[in-house]
Amino acid sequence: MSDLKTLPLDALHQDLGGKMVPFAGYSMPVQYAAGVMAEHLHVREKAGLFDVSHMGQCVMPLAGDAALEGLVPADVIGLKTGRQRYGLFTNAAGGVLDDLMIARREKDLFLVVNASRKDHDIPHLQAHIEGVQEVTGRALLALQGPLAETALARLVPSVPSMKFMDVAEVEWQGVDLWISRSGYTGEDGFEISVPADSAETFARALIAMEEVLPIGLGARDSLRMEAGMPLYGNDLAEDISPVEAGVTFGINKVRRLGGDREGGFPGADRILNELQNGAPRRRVGLRPDGRAPMRAGVPIFDAAEGGAQIGVITSGGFGPSIGGPIAMGLIDAAVPADTTLFGEVRGKRLPATQTDLPFHKPDYKR
Amino acid sequence: MKFTEEHEWLREEDGLIVVGITEHAATQLGDVVFVELPEAGIEVTKDEDVVVIESVKAASDIMAPIDGEIVEVNDALADNPGMVNDDPLGDAWFFKMKASDPSQMDEYMDEAAYKALIE
Repeated sequence: MSDLKTLPLDALHQDLGGKMVPFAGYSMPVQYAAGVMAEHLHVREKAGLFDVSHMGQCVMPLAGDAALEGLVPADVIGLKTGRQRYGLFTNAAGGVLDDLMIARREKDLFLVVNASRKDHDIPHLQAHIEGVQEVTGRALLALQGPLAETALARLVPSVPSMKFMDVAEVEWQGVDLWISRSGYTGEDGFEISVPADSAETFARALIAMEEVLPIGLGARDSLRMEAGMPLYGNDLAEDISPVEAGVTFGINKVRRLGGDREGGFPGADRILNELQNGAPRRRVGLRPDGRAPMRAGVPIFDAAEGGAQIGVITSGGFGPSIGGPIAMGLIDAAVPADTTLFGEVRGKRLPATQTDLPFHKPDYKR
Repeated sequence: MKFTEEHEWLREEDGLIVVGITEHAATQLGDVVFVELPEAGIEVTKDEDVVVIESVKAASDIMAPIDGEIVEVNDALADNPGMVNDDPLGDAWFFKMKASDPSQMDEYMDEAAYKALIE
């Protein structure tokens, strides 16, 4: 595993007893001593610190906003300074190349992309936009949970004034922090970009607090599933449209039919048409009736026996806050929402009930 | 008590072989959320997958360590899979077998050898 890259906080993870696994080319903590279940529940109750330094960070000139709109269906031009918005890189076929966060700051646009896609996304951006630079030498942390504000405010007293999806550049002990009030857990919280050489000191200051526990990738996945949030490579992919994936909040009004800057992104014809007329498939939440988890790849049927496959589980597992298995799947849009579905697990079709997403309702500070 | 390289334990009790997984295995698996047990009364062969165990992270299989008949399964695990983490060597046994060939037990490790394996 010598070809695995390590993160700025690697020594800290080892110190904290993190169980390290390869993920997106990096050695990452999947869990710490508390275990996935306890870590998950701690984030819902108090606050947890995640190392997400494997994600791609980049900056680009403000003048590139119109060019960025050529790649994503988000309203970038209308994004106010100090605000962040969800975006999707689409392809000509109307599928999704990746999802990302776009923040408008005083002097630039700051983007965060998925670890598994940064080697694609950054060249993709650079091919279409002048002056896109990958940010290296900075770690990225996420502090999530109802007590995240309390904890972070001890270090950065100004954070309580931030609202959901606000971004700010602040100083902590002479270190510049790039903070956004956002996350991937369905909890209030913050994502914090910090210079790599100060990352460990900053992280230790947070985990020294009684409320804050370090949290691994295992709980990150179960938290985002309960929050109904898609994962690129599972619920989002090049052959799944944003409408099918249920991420139409990434297509802002001004880019839709009749908007001032209608279309103008890859795959606009298909995507805008699907917004008007519906898509062939839709993403659904599923609650398996029994205890058996239905994981990604499990085929979905609309009958206990016979019939053709009508979909597939794209993410699934156990929801600690739900107390049972949860799953998300992509199914034929023609299947009625009250139809009991069946996931075929180890050759047996097990019933599951379609449910609205998210499983766990977020409580963001708006 | 005997131990397999697959991190299962076997214990003789009233002429039957009781099978479970070790504390090391339970820790490695993480929080167990689902256990699927076989039907009592089936004949199984050594190394056949007979139990499915799912943790929050992944699914794995438990193999029959010897040939024989599964005479009893621990139904309590279906309702309370977390027992596997709480008491892997005690209450969280998986099944009891009637061994076809008790000498198959001999190939397995004693506690000292198993401890050496996981260290």
